Amino acid sequence: MASATYAVFERYMVLYKRLWRASLFSSFALPLLFLASIGLGVGQYVGELGGVSYAQWIVPGVLASTAFQMALGESTYPVLGSFKWDRSAHAMYATRVSIWDMLRGWLLYLVVRVQIAVAVFLLVVWPFGGLASPWALVTPLVAAVLTVAVAAPVTAFAASIEHDSYFALLFRFVMIPATLFSGVFFPVEQLGWLRVLAYVSPLWHAVVLCRWATLGEVTPWPAWAHVAVLGAFVVGGLWWARVAFARRLRD
Amino acid sequence: MAEPLIQARGLVKRFGDFTAVDGIDLEVAPGEAFGFLGPNGAGKSSTMRMISCVSMPSAGELRILGRDPRVEGPAIRARLGVCPQLDNLDPDLNVRENLTTYARYFGLSRAQARAKAEELLEFAQLTEKASSLVEPLSGGMKRRLTIARAMVNDPDLVLLDEPTTGLDPQARHLLWERLFRLKQRGVTLVLTTHYMDEAEQLCDRLVVMDRGRIVAEGSPRQLIEAYSSPEVVELRFGLDELAGLVPLLQGVGERVDPLPDRLLLYAKDGDAAVNEVHRRGLTPSSVLVRRSSLEDVFLHLTGRTLVD
Repeated sequence: MASATYAVFERYMVLYKRLWRASLFSSFALPLLFLASIGLGVGQYVGELGGVSYAQWIVPGVLASTAFQMALGESTYPVLGSFKWDRSAHAMYATRVSIWDMLRGWLLYLVVRVQIAVAVFLLVVWPFGGLASPWALVTPLVAAVLTVAVAAPVTAFAASIEHDSYFALLFRFVMIPATLFSGVFFPVEQLGWLRVLAYVSPLWHAVVLCRWATLGEVTPWPAWAHVAVLGAFVVGGLWWARVAFARRLRD
Repeated sequence: MAEPLIQARGLVKRFGDFTAVDGIDLEVAPGEAFGFLGPNGAGKSSTMRMISCVSMPSAGELRILGRDPRVEGPAIRARLGVCPQLDNLDPDLNVRENLTTYARYFGLSRAQARAKAEELLEFAQLTEKASSLVEPLSGGMKRRLTIARAMVNDPDLVLLDEPTTGLDPQARHLLWERLFRLKQRGVTLVLTTHYMDEAEQLCDRLVVMDRGRIVAEGSPRQLIEAYSSPEVVELRFGLDELAGLVPLLQGVGERVDPLPDRLLLYAKDGDAAVNEVHRRGLTPSSVLVRRSSLEDVFLHLTGRTLVD
Protein backbone atom coordinates (compact mmCIF):
# COMPACT_ATOMS: atom_id res chain seq x y z
CA MET A 1 0.00 0.00 0.00
CA ALA A 2 1.46 3.34 -1.04
CA SER A 3 2.19 5.65 1.85
CA ALA A 4 -0.05 8.65 2.34
CA THR A 5 2.97 10.97 2.20
CA TYR A 6 3.89 9.60 -1.19
CA ALA A 7 0.30 9.98 -2.44
CA VAL A 8 0.42 13.67 -1.51
CA PHE A 9 3.79 14.07 -3.24
CA GLU A 10 2.40 12.32 -6.29
CA ARG A 11 -0.52 14.72 -6.53
CA TYR A 12 1.86 17.69 -6.74
CA MET A 13 3.90 15.89 -9.38
CA VAL A 14 0.77 15.27 -11.46
CA LEU A 15 0.00 18.99 -11.20
CA TYR A 16 3.61 19.86 -12.05
CA LYS A 17 3.48 17.73 -15.19
CA ARG A 18 0.60 19.90 -16.30
CA LEU A 19 2.04 23.25 -15.25
CA TRP A 20 5.83 22.95 -15.52
CA ARG A 21 6.09 25.14 -18.59
CA ALA A 22 4.87 28.13 -16.61
CA SER A 23 7.79 27.82 -14.19
CA LEU A 24 10.44 27.27 -16.85
CA PHE A 25 11.63 30.85 -16.95
CA SER A 26 11.91 31.53 -13.22
CA SER A 27 13.46 28.13 -12.44
CA PHE A 28 16.01 27.82 -15.21
CA ALA A 29 16.44 30.98 -17.24
CA LEU A 30 16.36 33.62 -14.51
CA PRO A 31 19.34 32.32 -12.47
CA LEU A 32 21.43 32.14 -15.63
CA LEU A 33 20.45 35.67 -16.61
CA PHE A 34 21.53 36.84 -13.15
CA LEU A 35 24.82 35.08 -13.54
CA ALA A 36 25.38 36.52 -17.00
CA SER A 37 24.44 40.11 -16.23
CA ILE A 38 25.90 40.54 -12.76
CA GLY A 39 28.62 37.90 -12.90
CA LEU A 40 30.04 38.96 -16.24
CA GLY A 41 28.80 42.56 -16.38
CA VAL A 42 29.63 43.72 -12.86
CA GLY A 43 32.47 41.19 -12.77
CA GLN A 44 34.34 43.31 -15.37
CA TYR A 45 34.75 46.03 -12.76
CA VAL A 46 35.27 43.83 -9.73
CA GLY A 47 37.90 41.53 -11.14
CA GLU A 48 38.76 38.86 -8.61
CA LEU A 49 37.25 38.02 -5.26
CA GLY A 50 38.69 35.41 -2.89
CA GLY A 51 41.21 34.38 -5.51
CA VAL A 52 38.63 33.54 -8.21
CA SER A 53 36.81 35.56 -10.87
CA TYR A 54 33.78 37.46 -9.63
CA ALA A 55 31.46 35.36 -11.83
CA GLN A 56 32.89 32.22 -10.31
CA TRP A 57 32.52 33.71 -6.85
CA ILE A 58 28.80 34.40 -7.22
CA VAL A 59 27.94 31.00 -8.75
CA PRO A 60 27.32 29.32 -5.34
CA GLY A 61 25.44 32.42 -4.16
CA VAL A 62 23.12 32.50 -7.16
CA LEU A 63 22.58 28.77 -6.81
CA ALA A 64 21.50 29.09 -3.18
CA SER A 65 19.38 32.15 -3.87
CA THR A 66 17.58 30.28 -6.67
CA ALA A 67 16.65 27.58 -4.18
CA PHE A 68 15.67 30.25 -1.66
CA GLN A 69 13.41 32.15 -4.04
CA MET A 70 11.74 29.04 -5.39
CA ALA A 71 11.10 27.62 -1.93
CA LEU A 72 9.69 30.93 -0.72
CA GLY A 73 7.66 31.77 -3.80
CA GLU A 74 6.10 28.33 -4.19
CA SER A 75 5.05 28.32 -0.53
CA THR A 76 2.93 31.45 -0.77
CA TYR A 77 -0.10 31.56 -3.10
CA PRO A 78 -0.31 27.79 -3.71
CA VAL A 79 -0.47 27.10 0.04
CA LEU A 80 -3.01 29.80 0.87
CA GLY A 81 -5.02 28.72 -2.18
CA SER A 82 -5.12 25.12 -1.03
CA PHE A 83 -7.00 26.27 2.07
CA LYS A 84 -8.97 29.15 0.68
CA TRP A 85 -9.51 28.89 -3.07
CA ASP A 86 -9.47 25.36 -4.41
CA ARG A 87 -9.70 23.91 -0.85
CA SER A 88 -7.54 20.96 -1.91
CA ALA A 89 -6.01 20.80 1.57
CA HIS A 90 -9.46 20.20 3.02
CA ALA A 91 -10.10 17.51 0.41
CA MET A 92 -6.84 15.78 1.36
CA TYR A 93 -7.52 15.99 5.05
CA ALA A 94 -10.93 14.31 4.62
CA THR A 95 -9.01 11.09 3.78
CA ARG A 96 -6.57 9.01 5.78
CA VAL A 97 -3.87 11.62 4.98
CA SER A 98 -2.60 13.24 8.19
CA ILE A 99 -1.19 16.74 8.61
CA TRP A 100 2.34 15.30 8.74
CA ASP A 101 1.69 13.43 5.48
CA MET A 102 0.51 16.67 3.89
CA LEU A 103 3.57 18.59 5.04
CA ARG A 104 6.06 15.90 4.16
CA GLY A 105 4.54 15.27 0.71
CA TRP A 106 4.48 18.99 -0.03
CA LEU A 107 8.05 19.67 1.11
CA LEU A 108 9.35 16.60 -0.69
CA TYR A 109 7.78 17.97 -3.87
CA LEU A 110 9.44 21.36 -3.38
CA VAL A 111 12.80 19.68 -2.75
CA VAL A 112 12.43 17.78 -6.03
CA ARG A 113 11.47 20.97 -7.86
CA VAL A 114 14.50 22.80 -6.48
CA GLN A 115 16.80 19.85 -7.16
CA ILE A 116 15.82 19.88 -10.83
CA ALA A 117 16.56 23.61 -11.05
CA VAL A 118 19.87 23.18 -9.18
CA ALA A 119 20.91 20.28 -11.39
CA VAL A 120 20.23 22.27 -14.55
CA PHE A 121 22.13 25.24 -13.12
CA LEU A 122 25.16 23.10 -12.20
CA LEU A 123 25.22 21.46 -15.62
CA VAL A 124 25.22 24.86 -17.31
CA VAL A 125 27.92 26.52 -15.18
CA TRP A 126 30.20 23.49 -14.98
CA PRO A 127 31.68 23.77 -18.53
CA PHE A 128 32.47 27.43 -17.83
CA GLY A 129 34.61 26.49 -14.85
CA GLY A 130 32.07 27.72 -12.34
CA LEU A 131 32.74 24.78 -10.05
CA ALA A 132 36.32 24.63 -8.82
CA SER A 133 36.02 21.72 -6.41
CA PRO A 134 34.47 18.24 -6.67
CA TRP A 135 32.82 19.11 -3.35
CA ALA A 136 30.36 21.07 -5.52
CA LEU A 137 28.41 17.81 -5.53
CA VAL A 138 27.38 18.72 -1.96
CA THR A 139 25.54 21.84 -3.11
CA PRO A 140 22.30 20.02 -4.04
CA LEU A 141 22.21 18.72 -0.49
CA VAL A 142 22.65 22.23 0.92
CA ALA A 143 19.93 23.44 -1.47
CA ALA A 144 17.59 20.69 -0.23
CA VAL A 145 18.09 21.65 3.42
CA LEU A 146 17.67 25.33 2.55
CA THR A 147 14.46 24.55 0.67
CA VAL A 148 12.88 22.97 3.73
CA ALA A 149 14.33 25.63 6.07
CA VAL A 150 12.60 28.33 4.01
CA ALA A 151 9.49 26.53 2.73
CA ALA A 152 8.40 25.17 6.12
CA PRO A 153 8.03 28.55 7.89
CA VAL A 154 6.67 30.29 4.77
CA THR A 155 4.12 27.48 4.33
CA ALA A 156 3.15 28.00 7.96
CA PHE A 157 2.81 31.74 7.37
CA ALA A 158 0.69 31.19 4.25
CA ALA A 159 -1.55 28.79 6.18
CA SER A 160 -2.02 31.36 8.95
CA ILE A 161 -3.16 34.40 6.98
CA GLU A 162 -6.60 35.25 5.65
CA HIS A 163 -5.63 37.52 2.78
CA ASP A 164 -2.98 37.29 0.08
CA SER A 165 -1.95 40.94 0.47
CA TYR A 166 0.39 39.80 3.26
CA PHE A 167 2.54 38.16 0.62
CA ALA A 168 3.50 41.59 -0.74
CA LEU A 169 4.97 42.34 2.70
CA LEU A 170 6.78 39.02 2.72
CA PHE A 171 8.32 39.69 -0.69
CA ARG A 172 9.29 43.29 0.13
CA PHE A 173 10.53 42.90 3.66
CA VAL A 174 11.85 39.35 3.70
CA MET A 175 12.62 37.98 0.25
CA ILE A 176 14.27 41.00 -1.35
CA PRO A 177 16.36 42.08 1.69
CA ALA A 178 17.37 38.48 2.32
CA THR A 179 18.52 38.11 -1.28
CA LEU A 180 20.45 41.40 -1.13
CA PHE A 181 22.08 40.98 2.30
CA SER A 182 22.95 37.29 2.42
CA GLY A 183 26.34 37.34 0.75
CA VAL A 184 25.07 36.34 -2.69
CA PHE A 185 26.69 39.25 -4.55
CA PHE A 186 29.29 40.51 -2.03
CA PRO A 187 30.81 39.33 1.26
CA VAL A 188 28.64 40.35 4.21
CA GLU A 189 31.78 41.63 6.00
CA GLN A 190 31.29 44.76 3.87
CA LEU A 191 28.08 45.49 5.77
CA GLY A 192 29.60 46.34 9.16
CA TRP A 193 27.12 45.83 11.96
CA LEU A 194 24.31 45.29 9.42
CA ARG A 195 25.76 41.83 8.89
CA VAL A 196 23.55 40.60 11.75
CA LEU A 197 20.80 40.69 9.10
CA ALA A 198 22.67 37.94 7.31
CA TYR A 199 23.04 35.89 10.47
CA VAL A 200 19.28 35.53 10.81
CA SER A 201 18.84 34.76 7.11
CA PRO A 202 18.86 31.05 6.26
CA LEU A 203 20.02 32.04 2.80
CA TRP A 204 23.37 33.38 4.10
CA HIS A 205 24.12 30.11 5.91
CA ALA A 206 23.37 28.17 2.73
CA VAL A 207 25.43 30.59 0.60
CA VAL A 208 28.55 30.19 2.76
CA LEU A 209 28.14 26.42 2.79
CA CYS A 210 27.79 26.34 -1.01
CA ARG A 211 30.77 28.65 -1.40
CA TRP A 212 32.80 26.38 0.82
CA ALA A 213 31.74 23.40 -1.30
CA THR A 214 32.38 24.91 -4.72
CA LEU A 215 35.40 27.14 -4.04
CA GLY A 216 36.83 25.73 -0.82
CA GLU A 217 36.38 29.13 0.86
CA VAL A 218 36.62 28.93 4.66
CA THR A 219 33.19 29.33 6.31
CA PRO A 220 32.84 32.33 8.69
CA TRP A 221 31.44 30.08 11.42
CA PRO A 222 32.23 26.40 11.86
CA ALA A 223 30.32 24.47 9.17
CA TRP A 224 28.28 22.62 11.79
CA ALA A 225 27.03 25.97 13.17
CA HIS A 226 25.69 27.00 9.76
CA VAL A 227 24.03 23.60 9.38
CA ALA A 228 22.59 23.95 12.88
CA VAL A 229 20.98 27.32 12.06
CA LEU A 230 19.37 25.81 8.96
CA GLY A 231 18.28 22.84 11.07
CA ALA A 232 16.66 25.20 13.58
CA PHE A 233 14.67 26.80 10.73
CA VAL A 234 13.59 23.34 9.59
CA VAL A 235 12.44 22.23 13.04
CA GLY A 236 10.81 25.55 13.98
CA GLY A 237 9.16 25.85 10.57
CA LEU A 238 7.73 22.33 10.67
CA TRP A 239 6.38 22.84 14.15
CA TRP A 240 4.74 26.14 13.19
CA ALA A 241 3.33 24.65 9.98
CA ARG A 242 1.81 21.74 11.86
CA VAL A 243 0.08 24.11 14.27
CA ALA A 244 -1.12 26.39 11.46
CA PHE A 245 -2.48 23.48 9.41
CA ALA A 246 -4.27 21.99 12.39
CA ARG A 247 -5.89 25.33 13.24
CA ARG A 248 -7.02 25.75 9.66
CA LEU A 249 -8.25 22.22 9.01
CA ARG A 250 -9.80 21.19 12.28
CA ASP A 251 -12.25 24.04 12.85
CA MET B 1 -28.75 -5.12 16.07
CA ALA B 2 -25.34 -4.46 14.52
CA GLU B 3 -23.13 -1.91 16.22
CA PRO B 4 -24.12 1.64 15.21
CA LEU B 5 -21.77 3.37 12.77
CA ILE B 6 -22.32 6.69 14.49
CA GLN B 7 -22.97 7.05 18.17
CA ALA B 8 -23.19 10.45 19.89
CA ARG B 9 -24.09 11.32 23.47
CA GLY B 10 -24.40 14.92 24.61
CA LEU B 11 -22.30 16.06 21.66
CA VAL B 12 -21.31 19.74 21.85
CA LYS B 13 -19.41 22.05 19.50
CA ARG B 14 -18.51 25.54 20.65
CA PHE B 15 -16.73 28.29 18.72
CA GLY B 16 -15.68 30.79 21.40
CA ASP B 17 -18.90 31.94 23.08
CA PHE B 18 -21.09 30.54 20.33
CA THR B 19 -22.52 27.07 20.78
CA ALA B 20 -23.14 25.59 17.33
CA VAL B 21 -24.15 22.13 18.53
CA ASP B 22 -25.75 22.01 21.94
CA GLY B 23 -25.75 18.50 23.36
CA ILE B 24 -27.22 16.13 20.77
CA ASP B 25 -27.70 12.36 20.98
CA LEU B 26 -27.91 10.18 17.92
CA GLU B 27 -27.28 6.76 16.52
CA VAL B 28 -27.02 5.68 12.90
CA ALA B 29 -27.21 1.96 12.07
CA PRO B 30 -25.45 0.26 9.12
CA GLY B 31 -27.42 0.49 5.88
CA GLU B 32 -29.51 3.42 7.05
CA ALA B 33 -30.08 6.63 5.11
CA PHE B 34 -30.11 9.28 7.79
CA GLY B 35 -30.82 12.98 7.35
CA PHE B 36 -30.15 16.19 9.24
CA LEU B 37 -32.77 18.78 8.46
CA GLY B 38 -32.69 22.34 9.64
CA PRO B 39 -32.44 25.99 8.70
CA ASN B 40 -29.08 27.66 8.08
CA GLY B 41 -27.09 27.92 11.29
CA ALA B 42 -28.93 25.04 12.97
CA GLY B 43 -25.66 23.16 13.56
CA LYS B 44 -25.99 20.58 10.77
CA SER B 45 -22.65 21.25 9.13
CA SER B 46 -20.80 21.48 12.45
CA THR B 47 -22.23 18.08 13.36
CA MET B 48 -21.23 16.69 9.98
CA ARG B 49 -17.68 17.99 10.38
CA MET B 50 -17.42 16.26 13.75
CA ILE B 51 -18.71 13.02 12.22
CA SER B 52 -16.20 13.31 9.39
CA CYS B 53 -13.47 13.57 12.07
CA VAL B 54 -12.04 16.89 10.94
CA SER B 55 -13.56 18.97 13.73
CA MET B 56 -13.07 17.87 17.33
CA PRO B 57 -16.06 17.83 19.72
CA SER B 58 -15.95 20.44 22.52
CA ALA B 59 -17.76 18.07 24.88
CA GLY B 60 -19.72 14.84 24.92
CA GLU B 61 -19.06 11.42 23.48
CA LEU B 62 -18.67 10.53 19.85
CA ARG B 63 -17.81 7.20 18.29
CA ILE B 64 -17.58 6.69 14.56
CA LEU B 65 -17.33 3.12 13.22
CA GLY B 66 -16.79 2.09 16.82
CA ARG B 67 -13.67 4.26 17.20
CA ASP B 68 -12.80 7.51 18.95
CA PRO B 69 -12.24 10.39 16.47
CA ARG B 70 -10.02 12.21 18.97
CA VAL B 71 -7.32 9.54 18.74
CA GLU B 72 -8.05 7.58 15.57
CA GLY B 73 -8.92 10.32 13.08
CA PRO B 74 -6.92 9.07 10.07
CA ALA B 75 -8.01 5.43 10.62
CA ILE B 76 -11.68 6.48 10.71
CA ARG B 77 -11.36 8.87 7.75
CA ALA B 78 -9.84 6.00 5.76
CA ARG B 79 -13.28 4.34 5.91
CA LEU B 80 -15.42 7.43 5.20
CA GLY B 81 -16.58 9.07 1.99
CA VAL B 82 -17.11 12.81 2.34
CA CYS B 83 -18.94 15.10 -0.03
CA PRO B 84 -18.53 18.59 1.45
CA GLN B 85 -20.88 21.51 1.06
CA LEU B 86 -18.32 23.46 -0.98
CA ASP B 87 -16.83 21.54 -3.89
CA ASN B 88 -13.12 21.01 -3.38
CA LEU B 89 -12.20 19.28 -6.60
CA ASP B 90 -8.73 19.88 -8.03
CA PRO B 91 -9.33 22.50 -10.72
CA ASP B 92 -5.98 21.91 -12.42
CA LEU B 93 -6.52 18.16 -12.79
CA ASN B 94 -8.88 16.53 -15.24
CA VAL B 95 -11.93 14.54 -14.20
CA ARG B 96 -10.19 11.16 -14.23
CA GLU B 97 -7.11 12.48 -12.43
CA ASN B 98 -9.35 13.88 -9.71
CA LEU B 99 -10.52 10.34 -9.03
CA THR B 100 -7.17 8.56 -9.36
CA THR B 101 -5.31 11.13 -7.24
CA TYR B 102 -7.92 10.82 -4.53
CA ALA B 103 -7.83 7.04 -4.68
CA ARG B 104 -4.08 7.19 -4.10
CA TYR B 105 -4.66 9.15 -0.86
CA PHE B 106 -6.52 6.07 0.36
CA GLY B 107 -3.64 3.77 -0.54
CA LEU B 108 -4.96 2.17 -3.73
CA SER B 109 -2.25 1.02 -6.14
CA ARG B 110 -2.01 2.85 -9.46
CA ALA B 111 -3.77 0.01 -11.29
CA GLN B 112 -6.52 -0.19 -8.67
CA ALA B 113 -6.96 3.58 -8.79
CA ARG B 114 -7.35 3.53 -12.57
CA ALA B 115 -9.88 0.70 -12.46
CA LYS B 116 -11.83 2.39 -9.68
CA ALA B 117 -11.86 5.66 -11.61
CA GLU B 118 -13.37 3.99 -14.69
CA GLU B 119 -16.06 2.34 -12.59
CA LEU B 120 -16.95 5.61 -10.87
CA LEU B 121 -16.90 7.63 -14.08
CA GLU B 122 -19.55 5.23 -15.29
CA PHE B 123 -21.52 5.56 -12.07
CA ALA B 124 -21.41 9.37 -12.21
CA GLN B 125 -22.18 9.37 -15.97
CA LEU B 126 -18.99 11.28 -16.64
CA THR B 127 -17.14 8.79 -18.84
CA GLU B 128 -17.31 11.12 -21.82
CA LYS B 129 -15.88 13.96 -19.73
CA ALA B 130 -13.01 11.91 -18.30
CA SER B 131 -10.31 14.02 -19.95
CA SER B 132 -11.98 17.38 -19.40
CA LEU B 133 -10.70 19.79 -16.78
CA VAL B 134 -13.04 20.39 -13.85
CA GLU B 135 -13.67 24.10 -14.37
CA PRO B 136 -15.89 23.92 -17.48
CA LEU B 137 -18.16 21.23 -15.97
CA SER B 138 -21.71 22.15 -14.98
CA GLY B 139 -22.66 22.38 -11.31
CA GLY B 140 -24.45 19.04 -11.49
CA MET B 141 -21.44 17.32 -13.06
CA LYS B 142 -19.09 18.73 -10.43
CA ARG B 143 -21.37 17.46 -7.67
CA ARG B 144 -21.57 14.01 -9.27
CA LEU B 145 -17.80 13.98 -9.53
CA THR B 146 -17.46 14.99 -5.88
CA ILE B 147 -19.82 12.19 -4.88
CA ALA B 148 -17.99 9.71 -7.12
CA ARG B 149 -14.73 10.83 -5.55
CA ALA B 150 -16.20 10.15 -2.10
CA MET B 151 -16.72 6.53 -3.20
CA VAL B 152 -13.12 5.72 -4.25
CA ASN B 153 -12.37 3.86 -1.01
CA ASP B 154 -15.64 1.86 -0.95
CA PRO B 155 -16.55 3.67 2.27
CA ASP B 156 -18.58 2.18 5.11
CA LEU B 157 -20.23 5.52 5.64
CA VAL B 158 -20.91 8.31 3.11
CA LEU B 159 -21.41 11.85 4.40
CA LEU B 160 -23.13 14.35 2.12
CA ASP B 161 -23.40 17.97 3.22
CA GLU B 162 -26.19 19.63 1.22
CA PRO B 163 -25.55 17.48 -1.84
CA THR B 164 -27.97 19.22 -4.20
CA THR B 165 -27.90 22.85 -3.09
CA GLY B 166 -27.71 25.14 -6.10
CA LEU B 167 -28.56 22.53 -8.72
CA ASP B 168 -31.35 22.70 -11.28
CA PRO B 169 -34.23 20.17 -11.02
CA GLN B 170 -32.86 17.83 -13.70
CA ALA B 171 -29.47 17.69 -12.02
CA ARG B 172 -31.07 17.12 -8.61
CA HIS B 173 -33.19 14.24 -9.84
CA LEU B 174 -30.22 12.57 -11.50
CA LEU B 175 -28.23 12.94 -8.29
CA TRP B 176 -31.04 11.53 -6.17
CA GLU B 177 -31.27 8.57 -8.48
CA ARG B 178 -27.52 7.93 -8.08
CA LEU B 179 -27.74 8.26 -4.30
CA PHE B 180 -30.70 5.91 -4.27
CA ARG B 181 -28.57 3.31 -6.05
CA LEU B 182 -25.93 3.62 -3.36
CA LYS B 183 -28.62 3.09 -0.77
CA GLN B 184 -29.82 -0.02 -2.57
CA ARG B 185 -26.28 -1.37 -2.48
CA GLY B 186 -26.43 -1.09 1.30
CA VAL B 187 -24.18 1.96 1.64
CA THR B 188 -24.94 3.94 4.79
CA LEU B 189 -25.76 7.54 3.87
CA VAL B 190 -25.82 10.53 6.18
CA LEU B 191 -26.87 13.80 4.61
CA THR B 192 -27.83 17.31 5.55
CA THR B 193 -30.34 19.27 3.58
CA HIS B 194 -32.84 22.03 3.84
CA TYR B 195 -34.87 20.61 0.98
CA MET B 196 -37.83 18.69 2.33
CA ASP B 197 -38.43 16.80 -0.89
CA GLU B 198 -34.83 15.59 -0.76
CA ALA B 199 -35.26 14.32 2.79
CA GLU B 200 -38.52 12.59 1.86
CA GLN B 201 -36.92 11.01 -1.21
CA LEU B 202 -33.79 9.71 0.41
CA CYS B 203 -34.01 9.37 4.18
CA ASP B 204 -35.25 6.40 6.16
CA ARG B 205 -34.93 8.42 9.30
CA LEU B 206 -34.11 12.01 10.07
CA VAL B 207 -33.69 14.57 12.79
CA VAL B 208 -34.77 18.17 12.64
CA MET B 209 -32.18 20.52 14.14
CA ASP B 210 -32.78 24.05 15.29
CA ARG B 211 -30.33 26.27 17.17
CA GLY B 212 -27.91 23.44 17.85
CA ARG B 213 -30.48 21.02 19.25
CA ILE B 214 -32.48 18.12 17.88
CA VAL B 215 -36.12 19.15 18.02
CA ALA B 216 -37.68 16.08 16.38
CA GLU B 217 -36.67 12.63 15.23
CA GLY B 218 -38.30 9.89 13.18
CA SER B 219 -39.09 8.68 9.67
CA PRO B 220 -40.59 11.31 7.33
CA ARG B 221 -44.03 9.69 7.78
CA GLN B 222 -43.72 9.56 11.57
CA LEU B 223 -42.73 13.22 11.71
CA ILE B 224 -45.67 14.25 9.57
CA GLU B 225 -48.02 12.24 11.77
CA ALA B 226 -46.55 13.64 14.95
CA TYR B 227 -46.18 17.30 13.99
CA SER B 228 -48.73 17.96 11.28
CA SER B 229 -52.16 16.84 10.14
CA PRO B 230 -52.64 14.39 7.26
CA GLU B 231 -53.90 17.15 4.95
CA VAL B 232 -53.39 20.85 4.50
CA VAL B 233 -55.86 23.29 2.93
CA GLU B 234 -54.41 26.43 1.38
CA LEU B 235 -56.93 29.26 1.18
CA ARG B 236 -56.41 32.53 -0.70
CA PHE B 237 -58.80 35.43 -0.30
CA GLY B 238 -57.38 38.32 -2.32
CA LEU B 239 -57.33 40.38 0.90
CA ASP B 240 -54.46 42.20 2.52
CA GLU B 241 -55.21 41.32 6.12
CA LEU B 242 -55.66 37.59 6.60
CA ALA B 243 -55.05 37.40 10.35
CA GLY B 244 -58.53 38.85 10.91
CA LEU B 245 -60.05 35.71 9.41
CA VAL B 246 -58.37 33.41 11.92
CA PRO B 247 -61.10 33.76 14.63
CA LEU B 248 -63.76 32.94 12.03
CA LEU B 249 -62.01 29.65 11.29
CA GLN B 250 -61.75 28.51 14.91
CA GLY B 251 -62.52 24.82 15.17
CA VAL B 252 -62.08 24.12 11.46
CA GLY B 253 -59.28 21.55 11.35
CA GLU B 254 -56.60 21.32 14.01
CA ARG B 255 -54.70 24.55 13.49
CA VAL B 256 -54.73 27.70 11.34
CA ASP B 257 -51.54 29.35 10.15
CA PRO B 258 -51.91 32.80 8.52
CA LEU B 259 -49.18 33.58 5.98
CA PRO B 260 -48.87 36.93 4.23
CA ASP B 261 -50.60 35.65 1.09
CA ARG B 262 -52.71 32.68 2.24
CA LEU B 263 -54.13 30.76 5.18
CA LEU B 264 -53.05 27.21 5.92
CA LEU B 265 -55.64 24.97 7.56
CA TYR B 266 -54.24 21.77 9.04
CA ALA B 267 -56.96 19.09 8.98
CA LYS B 268 -57.52 15.31 9.01
CA ASP B 269 -59.95 15.60 6.12
CA GLY B 270 -59.24 18.49 3.77
CA ASP B 271 -62.49 18.34 1.80
CA ALA B 272 -64.58 18.35 4.98
CA ALA B 273 -62.67 21.40 6.17
CA VAL B 274 -63.32 23.19 2.87
CA ASN B 275 -67.07 22.44 3.20
CA GLU B 276 -67.03 23.87 6.71
CA VAL B 277 -65.28 27.04 5.47
CA HIS B 278 -68.03 27.55 2.87
CA ARG B 279 -70.75 26.77 5.44
CA ARG B 280 -69.41 29.63 7.61
CA GLY B 281 -70.02 31.99 4.71
CA LEU B 282 -66.38 32.52 3.74
CA THR B 283 -65.63 32.71 0.01
CA PRO B 284 -61.95 32.09 -0.69
CA SER B 285 -60.75 33.07 -4.18
CA SER B 286 -58.79 29.84 -4.46
CA VAL B 287 -58.69 26.56 -2.55
CA LEU B 288 -56.00 23.87 -2.65
CA VAL B 289 -56.20 20.63 -0.67
CA ARG B 290 -52.91 18.75 -0.45
CA ARG B 291 -51.21 16.10 1.63
CA SER B 292 -49.13 17.33 4.51
CA SER B 293 -45.40 17.38 3.75
CA LEU B 294 -42.19 17.51 5.71
CA GLU B 295 -42.05 21.19 4.85
CA ASP B 296 -45.09 21.75 7.05
CA VAL B 297 -43.37 19.90 9.87
CA PHE B 298 -40.20 21.83 9.33
CA LEU B 299 -41.84 25.25 9.36
CA HIS B 300 -43.94 24.29 12.36
CA LEU B 301 -40.87 23.20 14.33
CA THR B 302 -38.34 25.80 13.31
CA GLY B 303 -40.61 28.79 12.79
CA ARG B 304 -41.06 31.04 9.82
CA THR B 305 -38.64 33.75 10.77
CA LEU B 306 -35.69 34.05 8.47
CA VAL B 307 -32.58 32.90 10.28
CA ASP B 308 -29.79 34.69 8.51
